[in-house]
This record gives sequence, C-alpha cells and structure tokens, in this order.
Amino acid sequence: MLRYILRRLLIAIPTLLILIIICFLLMYAAPGGPFTSERPLPPQVLANIEAKYGLNDPLPVQMWNYVVGIVTRFDFGPSFIYKDRDVNDIIAQGFPVTLTYGTISFVIATLVGVSLGVLAAIRHNTLLDYIAVGATFSAQALPNFVMAPILVIIFTWQLGWLPGGGWNGGQWQYVVMPVIALSTSYMASIARITRSSMLETLHSNFIRTAKAKGLSTRTIIRRHAMKPAMMPVVSYLGPAFVAMITGSVVIDLYFSTGGIGQSFVNSALNRDYAVMLGVTILYGTLTIIFNLLADVAYAWLDPKIRY
Amino acid sequence: MALLDVKNLSVTFDTPDGQIEAVKNVSFHIEPGECLGIVGESGSGKSQTFMAAMGLLAENGTTGGTVDYDGHDLLHLTPEEHNRIRGDQISMIFQDPLTALTPHMRIVDQMAEVLHEHKGLTGARARALCLEWLTRVRIPEAERRLRQFPHELSGGMRQRVMIAMAMLCNPRLLIADEPTTALDVTVQAEILDLMVELQKQEGTAIALITHDMGVVARMCDRIQVMRLGEFVEQGPADEIFHAPKHDYTRMLLRAMPRIDEPNKGKPLVPVTDRSEPILKVEDVKVHFPVRLDQGLFGKTVPLKAVDGVSFDLYASETIGIVGESGCGKSTLARAVLQLIPPTLGSVSWLGKPIVGLPRKQMIPYRKDLQIVFQDPLASLNPRMTIAASIAEPLRTFQPGLTSRQRKLEVAAMMEKVGLDQRMINRYPHELSGGQNQRVGIARAMINRPRLIICDEAVSALDVSIQAQVIDLLKDLQREFGLSMIFISHDLSVVREISHRILVLYLGRAVELADRDAIYGDARHPYTRALISAVPVPDPRIEKTRQRIKIPGELPSPLDPGASLRFLTSKLAAGDRNYVPEFRKVDVQHWVAEHDPLEDLLEQKAV
Amino acid sequence: MVTRPGQKPETIGTIRNERIVEKLVEAEKVKGRSLWQDAAGRFTRNRAAVAALVTLLAVVIFTLLGPFIAQWSNEEIDWARMGDIAGQGGPSIETGHYFGLDEVGRDLFARTIQATQTSLIVGVIGALMAVIIGTLYGAISGFVGGWVDNLMMRTVDILIAVPYMFIIILLMVMFERSFLMLFVGIGVVSWLEMSRIVRGQTLSLKHREFIEAAQAAGVGWFTIVRRHILPNLMGVVVVYATLLVPQMILVESFISFLGLGVQEPNTSLGALISKGASTIIYGTIWQLAWPLVFFLLTIISLFFIGDGLRDALDPKER
Repeated sequence: MLRYILRRLLIAIPTLLILIIICFLLMYAAPGGPFTSERPLPPQVLANIEAKYGLNDPLPVQMWNYVVGIVTRFDFGPSFIYKDRDVNDIIAQGFPVTLTYGTISFVIATLVGVSLGVLAAIRHNTLLDYIAVGATFSAQALPNFVMAPILVIIFTWQLGWLPGGGWNGGQWQYVVMPVIALSTSYMASIARITRSSMLETLHSNFIRTAKAKGLSTRTIIRRHAMKPAMMPVVSYLGPAFVAMITGSVVIDLYFSTGGIGQSFVNSALNRDYAVMLGVTILYGTLTIIFNLLADVAYAWLDPKIRY
Repeated sequence: MALLDVKNLSVTFDTPDGQIEAVKNVSFHIEPGECLGIVGESGSGKSQTFMAAMGLLAENGTTGGTVDYDGHDLLHLTPEEHNRIRGDQISMIFQDPLTALTPHMRIVDQMAEVLHEHKGLTGARARALCLEWLTRVRIPEAERRLRQFPHELSGGMRQRVMIAMAMLCNPRLLIADEPTTALDVTVQAEILDLMVELQKQEGTAIALITHDMGVVARMCDRIQVMRLGEFVEQGPADEIFHAPKHDYTRMLLRAMPRIDEPNKGKPLVPVTDRSEPILKVEDVKVHFPVRLDQGLFGKTVPLKAVDGVSFDLYASETIGIVGESGCGKSTLARAVLQLIPPTLGSVSWLGKPIVGLPRKQMIPYRKDLQIVFQDPLASLNPRMTIAASIAEPLRTFQPGLTSRQRKLEVAAMMEKVGLDQRMINRYPHELSGGQNQRVGIARAMINRPRLIICDEAVSALDVSIQAQVIDLLKDLQREFGLSMIFISHDLSVVREISHRILVLYLGRAVELADRDAIYGDARHPYTRALISAVPVPDPRIEKTRQRIKIPGELPSPLDPGASLRFLTSKLAAGDRNYVPEFRKVDVQHWVAEHDPLEDLLEQKAV
Repeated sequence: MVTRPGQKPETIGTIRNERIVEKLVEAEKVKGRSLWQDAAGRFTRNRAAVAALVTLLAVVIFTLLGPFIAQWSNEEIDWARMGDIAGQGGPSIETGHYFGLDEVGRDLFARTIQATQTSLIVGVIGALMAVIIGTLYGAISGFVGGWVDNLMMRTVDILIAVPYMFIIILLMVMFERSFLMLFVGIGVVSWLEMSRIVRGQTLSLKHREFIEAAQAAGVGWFTIVRRHILPNLMGVVVVYATLLVPQMILVESFISFLGLGVQEPNTSLGALISKGASTIIYGTIWQLAWPLVFFLLTIISLFFIGDGLRDALDPKER
C-alpha cells in the first residue's frame, strides 16, 4: 500500500511540472502582453517594465526562474496589474473563502448523494426509487450558474430569508446559497452513480452468498455491498472535486463572495497572466492531490490493488 | 419424517419476452443424512428449484406450491424468519468459487459473521472455530489463510472455504449447486471426497445439483432427473444408472462419454499413413513476461506457459491434448497456429517451417490450419449474420467468388454441419450454444483445411449436444481426411475422439501414447492421478474405485520447483533447474522422467 | 475413399445446388434480428427515453420553424418599448413578442431560437470532435498495445489532471474569441474521457475469440479493425456521444455565463441565462425563464435519451 502511494506520488510530480510548463507556454504564446493596452506606452517605458518582470530573458530562462520560484519558495511572482501585490497575496486573500464553501459543498454532495443513491438502490423499483431517479436527472441539469439565480429569486427576492451575496466572514446565512448552488448537480451525479453501482453489486454472486448465510439486509449492505459499490463513486469524486472548484468561479462571481474566482475572472479580463497562471497552477495542484487521494481511497476499497 | 418436503413447487420469471416457467410443479423430499442428486442440462430449472427454497430468486421470480422445512413453509417466511434458518440449518455452496466470496473481506471475517449471526459467537472463540473448520476441510496453513483475502487463494481452496463456511453451524441440509464444475478434475475429486466425509461425520443431508452423471454416481443415494422444469425420473442411484426407465435418462447416459468405455459414439477412422507427419512440433516454448510485486516498480519474470513441447501429427489423425487449467494447452494451440509467436522451437507444416514467418507469408498456410474455440458465442462477431461469419475465410482465400457463389458454399457447408440453411440470415445471439458451435465448425471447415485445432470445443456444451458435435467432427474427419488437435480438460471426451493423447503438466509434456495405452497402461504418476480422478457414471464402479492422490495442490507455474513435482529426488538434490527427460518406453509411448509413484505418495505436500 | 482437400468446392452437384437454392429462397423470408434492431426494440419500450426523444425533436423543430412564426427578427430593437422593458416588455401575443423583450429591447422569442440553435450546434459539434478524436486515439492505443499504448495513455492521464475549464478560459482570453476558438477549446479537452472508454472497449474486444478467429482466417489487420472492432465499438460510442452533447452544452453555457463564450450579436442559452440572471432585480423574470426552460428541456431530454440508449445498447444487458 505504502509502495502504491509512493509510486502514485512519483507520477504526480512530473504531471505537475508538465502542467506548469503547458500553462507557461500558453501564456508565452498569447498574442499581446499585459502592457499592450489601448493606450500604447512609450517604447522606453515598456522596455523598462518588461526588464523589471524579466520578460526580456530567453524563454528557457524565464520558464526556469518561474518553476524554481514555485518549487522552492512557493512564489508565483508579482502581479502584472496590481503594482503593490504579488500573486501570492491575491491567492492568500481569496483562496480560504473558496476553499471553505467548496469543501462544505463537496462533503454535502458526497454524503447526501451517496445516501440517496444507496436508498434508491435498496428500494429498487419502488416509488421512492422512481422519485429519486427523476429528481437526480432533473438536478443534474441544474448547474451552478442556473442554480444561483434561481436560489436568489426564491430566497432573496421572494422569501427574503438570505442575503443575495457577500461573505461577511463566513457567517452561515452567506454560506447556504453558494453551497446549495455549487453542490446540487454533483449531488445528483453522485446519487446516480451510487445507485447504479449499488444495484450492480447487489446482483453479484457474493451478495447471494451473504444472503444464503442468513445475514440481514442491513448487514449485507454495510459489510458486503458498500465497499465494492463505492469504487466507481470514488473514481468519480476526483473529477467531481475539480469540476466543483472550477464551478466556484461562477459562485464567487455571482454571490460576490470575494473568493479566488473573482480574482481569476478579473485577471482574465485584464490579461493579468501572472494571476491567471498562479490560480490555474494552484487548482491544477489541487486536482492532482485530489486524484491521488481518490486513487488511494480506491486502493483501500479494492484489496486486489497491490502494485 | 422428511427433512425438506417440496410440494408442487413452481417458479416463474417475468421477462420482457413474457413469462417463463423455469420450474413446473415439482415435488420431492430429502431425508435426513441422505445425498440427493438433482441432474439436468442447462435450463432444466435445477438451480432455481433450490434458489426458491433459499429465498434467493431474482426480483422478477415468483413461486407457487410449498417447501416445508421443520414445520415452516420456506416460500412464505418473512426475510427475518428465513434468516434464522438459512446459513444455520440449511446452507448452500455455489458453482463459481471465484465470485462467491466477498472480495474485500478477509476469510476470517466472512466466516466469523456466520457464527455471530446464528450462534452469537465472537472474538477468539469464533476465530478458533473457523480455524478448526478450515483445518477440517484440509486447507494447508489454515492459520495464515484466515487473514488472507479471497483473491489470494486458488479456486479449489476458495471452494473449501465455502464448504467450511457452510458447515460452521452444523447445518442439517447442505445444498451444493454445481460445486465442482469450475474446478479441475483432481481438485474436484478431493472436494467430492471431502463432502462425502463431512456427510458421514456430521450426518448432514446433501442436495447435489449437477449436470455431471459421473459426480452423481459417486455421491448420491437417490437421484432426480430434471428436464425443462420437470422431473422426468426419480429413484435410487443404482436403478437410475442400471435400469433407467425414461428415454431422456437413457439418452443422457448414452451421450455421456466414459473414460472406461470408449467408442460410445461413432467409430474412429484408423490412421493409414504414418510415414511422414504433416505437422511437426519441436521443442516449442512460449514465455510471457509477468509483473511481480517486488521493489518499487515491480519486476518482470517469464511465465513459462509452454516450456518445450514436441509432437508429430499425421494425416487423418487426431491427437488429444489434456491437462488441467494453466498447463498451457491453449497457448500451445495458438503457438502452433502462429497466433502467438513461440519464444523458441519450431513448427513445420508439410515439411516447411512456419515459425517467424511474416504475416503476409503466413496467410497461405492459414487456409489449411483452422481453429474452433471454446465459447461458441464469444467466437462469433455478434454484429455479423452467421452466414457472414462462415463466409469470412472464403473472402480471404477465394476472393474471386461472387456473393451468390459464396452463399451457395455457405449453405452447402451449413448442411454438412447440420445447420438448417434457413438460419442463414440469423445472428449468433438468436441461436443456441450447440448451433453456434456448429457455425464455428462450419467457418473452420469452409476452405476444406487439412488441420483443425479444437480448443475445448465441446466443453461449454450440454452432454447431449456434446455427443452430437463429437460425432460431427468424426464425420468430417472421415469425409475430408482431416487431422485434428483436440484440446480438452475432459479426459473422457478426449479418449472418445483421439487416436493418440498427449498429457501436459505446467507447460511440459509428461506422457504421450496411443489412446488405449494411456488409459490402460499409464506410466506417469500425474497421468495416473488424473485418470483416477475422473468420475465414471456408474455408481457400482464409482463407489469402490481407489483414487491416486498426489499430495499438495497444483502449484503456481511461477514457482521454480513446480516443474519437478514428480521428480522430487532431483529437487532434494538441489538440482532445481533440471529438465526431466522425455523417454520412449514402448512403441508410440513416451513418458517424462519421474520418481516412482510410491515415493511420491509418501512425501508431504511440496 | 477419402476426399482430398485439394478437390474443388465447385463440384457440388447441380441437383443439390438447386435444392440449396430453394432453401435459400425460403431463407430470404427469415430475417434475423441484428443487435441494433434488438436495441431499437428495447429503446422504444423505454417510455421515459421515448418521451425525451419526442421532446428533443419538438425543440429542434421549434428552432427550425420558429423563425417563420416570429414577428420580429433577432436583431431588430423595438424602439417603442425599449424605454420601459419591465413594464411593457413582458411576453404578449398582441405586441408580437411572445417571449417578451431582452434587456436592450430585442425580441426574446427570436433570441431564444437563435440561442437554442447555437447551443445545440455547439453541443453536437463539440461532441462530434470529442468522439472522432477520442475514438481514433483510444482505438489506436488499445489495438496497437505495448509501449505505444502505455505512452498514449500516460499522456491522457497527465492531460486529464489539468483543470481544463481554466485552460479554455485562458484560451478564450488570450486569443480572439470566436466560434472556432470555442470549438478548439472544448474539443481539445473533451476527448480524453472518450479515448479512455474506447481504449478499454478495444482492449477487451481484441482478446475476444472472434478476433482470433478472424486472424486464423488470414484476415488482414485493417479489415479486422473495420469489420470486427469498429462495429462493436459503435454501441459504446453512440451512448457516450449522446451523453457528451449535454455536457458540451453545459460547458459552453458555463463559459458564456462568464462572458467569455459566444459574443454579441451571436448568443447562446448560457449567454441568455447569464443576462437574464443579472437583470432579475428589475423584475424581468421572463428574460431568465424562457432561455432556462429551453436549456432544461434540451439537457434533461438528452440525459434521458443517453440513459435509454445505454440501457438498450449496454453489453451487460445482453
């Protein structure tokens, strides 16, 4: 097991490096830099600025400096737009907010989705199953950018229960809608995957053996069916987590939470490549870490993985 | 009073194609301590009868009638009431030991939960009882096995675990659903012996569900013959075998090939010309790289699937290749056909070497060398009509044919293999297993090849169909002067169809002889053990037969000492890489070097 | 005594020939059911899937016929009412604005039709790109095997770990925002999952006995791929392609919601939803509702169709 994790780690490192390099090259290839604005700067000024940011060095040198900065000092360099802040400051400010409600959303989507899926599978072909299937199908079509305005119409405009935006230090009223908006469609996907994989597991031979042993349904589900049924779910959780943190961009924007998504979109519109790059790499790292965790969880579920 | 009394049981399944009556109004009973055999071919409803009694039917199944056990009607119990009986007083073991155990739970946990559920035993006491039973079913190193996961055990060991688990609460009835069908003959023999022993010691009644008349003959006191959901005949074992009343029972007994009684079907055509072999296989080796879990990135070792096999084949001759799973018989077949390139050695066809030929140059030879596979359905492209499948080799070798000519050819060949030509536009999934296998044979025969390799070609078929296919192959041999390599794990079938027989053990030949010589005068201990393990469908013979049991399980082919299991004197002498010589002992009779059987029987498991 | 294999097959006697021809004529009447026909039967028995198919067809027909019903084009601005959209711009039959006006006074009916068309086209083309690239890549990787397979799949592993939505946003920001760029962006990332699925299927197909049988019959590898592998991949490909279409629509909507996707005067459902969502404070709820209804109808019916197809075509069901 330890060896397995170690090997996955060894694969994760080059993945991360390749990610950084791809992003850097994309930025390098982009037509027009941050300083080619509508009002052209005098060439002398431009040259000075570019020298300051190291944009005159040959490509390999720039790239090397950038990678070394990240790897050794966790330093994503200065922002191209905000003269007084570097990328790390911007990330440090917005990331905790996004991470907070992102994690809550993820946990809720997983817990509710799995419970719903298991319940629907156990009550296969009953009213409850049909309702669950119908509901999850519809909910899957409600991505965050659709959920967010609907929630605001209901809870802010109609009922007046919750504030329509802001963060306020993470007071619960401000967290509820971002979490619901972000988690609904993933909750539905998780429920559907859980249901079908649980159904398949319940039809397998070892469940028949367990029944023949005279075990109660509860014991069979808990001890025999749960682990194998969770395997496809765990594989889905990696990509789902990534999709959720990506979706947080919309949430940050729509609810003005002050999360990192806002900085990302602002920097995108301002061509502040340094911030975009920093955020992309941060999220890429999260992705890789999370896929690694999912792999480890998978190996724990499946005793046959010992390689 | 009967232990289990079944009255007018019927089982019906709701399917999209309408209702299917799997079991129709059957009645029978099981007495305490007896062994009742329920025999029938696939689709006879023999398993569903007991699934219904155990409350294990699929969701779309409904039952009628009563199954009385100890005053309870098992068909109308609540799941909670049923759970007090199943696993405790009635337990069940299943056909496929690979999938019947929960993959992520350790053996001890799976076993102990039965004790917890029914006897309230936990902890060390439960564990001790599990260990005791594992020892009783003769699992080597039982203590260590307790902590292992199912995938770490061999098929035979898993079935032993299943039996131990089923016996934990000393049930009054053990239902065994094809318990040995997925196992090798030698393992099957041991599992059956074990069941007989437990039945005697514990007084447990056994309901044995099987398709194999030989197994029934060995085990059962009474027999019910089942066909299409109904009982056609029932009675004491001796009567069923020696005075069968129903035509179906007679047909089953006639169709079943017997190792002690060859030529039950059509006679073999003798080989007339032994001057020059058409196929020469010399010292063929096929090694596959296998990744082992060693070091950070694992390490690769060669798995010697076939490790130096030689034989000749003459025109119109059939050579049978037998061996247990993992002995390399299928790999050898593919190496002969160059579907898998041999690592070493040579194969010559009509005196011309064909090993290492480029794809293109191999194609002309493929016209003469054909193969029929084990799984009839898997060997046909599900999206092509059977005519298109049969015609495929024609497109390669007679591209000049018009589609009308091709159709005529296909129709003519379909008639030869006993297929109705009106099925020409059908798809494989619309045909039965036997019909699909005839399609496979027609495809192999369409270019009139001179050699056909049958890789377990009849193993997936019911006995009655099996007998027909074997007769068909003999007819084709007679008509076209065909040579065959007939690969099977079933020694009775091989004896029925082959002129000479080659026995393989872990990639090496251990014995090669004329078919009568190998059964009448087997020299190698492995051959003798193999032959003695095959059950004979006759209770009088079967219940008195002595079996030769070589200690220990079939070892892993990766184990370096495995190939010297029958030459342990060399192993003891430290000569681990010794290759046993293949010696000629008689006309047409070769045997691999081995220690005397008596010495082998004395020693402990390797 | 024994027929030599060398003898010609055309020696089948004429009389026998005639008999066989007779039987063949009879055989023409007995048509087999192919797996596709079987699947079609299963699909039509699935009421939810059929209803979804009807709904989707209705949406498509609406986008095709809608322009003939519309009183206004999608570019005209209703100058008379644009001053008071919240008051006079609501859906109404009299004004000819069946779905009302958008935030600058254009006819929302025409705009919704335009947006639905765009989203469907983006979805279908995006899915098509993913299917073509993914199927080719996966099939080659699986069929060739060995180190080529290893290299190709490790590459996919790495690429799949890239947060692709950010890459699309990067692309959309850095290069000119155009349909082409959008397709490139979506296409570049969406084939990864597809290629994995196709590779897995190809691998399992490759070891099936009917492939070996074809090899033994001397069939060339190109023909094996064409005749045996591709037709058997079609089931999986069709199912995932159907499920990819709504995903592509979702991705496009997401990007358009951020204002980075389709640019004015073009529009898509995502863009309309985004606009509608930002103007609900003025009480113009129809600007969100109509595009949302079409969005949900399209996505949900595609989900149901994909699911129905999976049930109908999945090998496990056989």
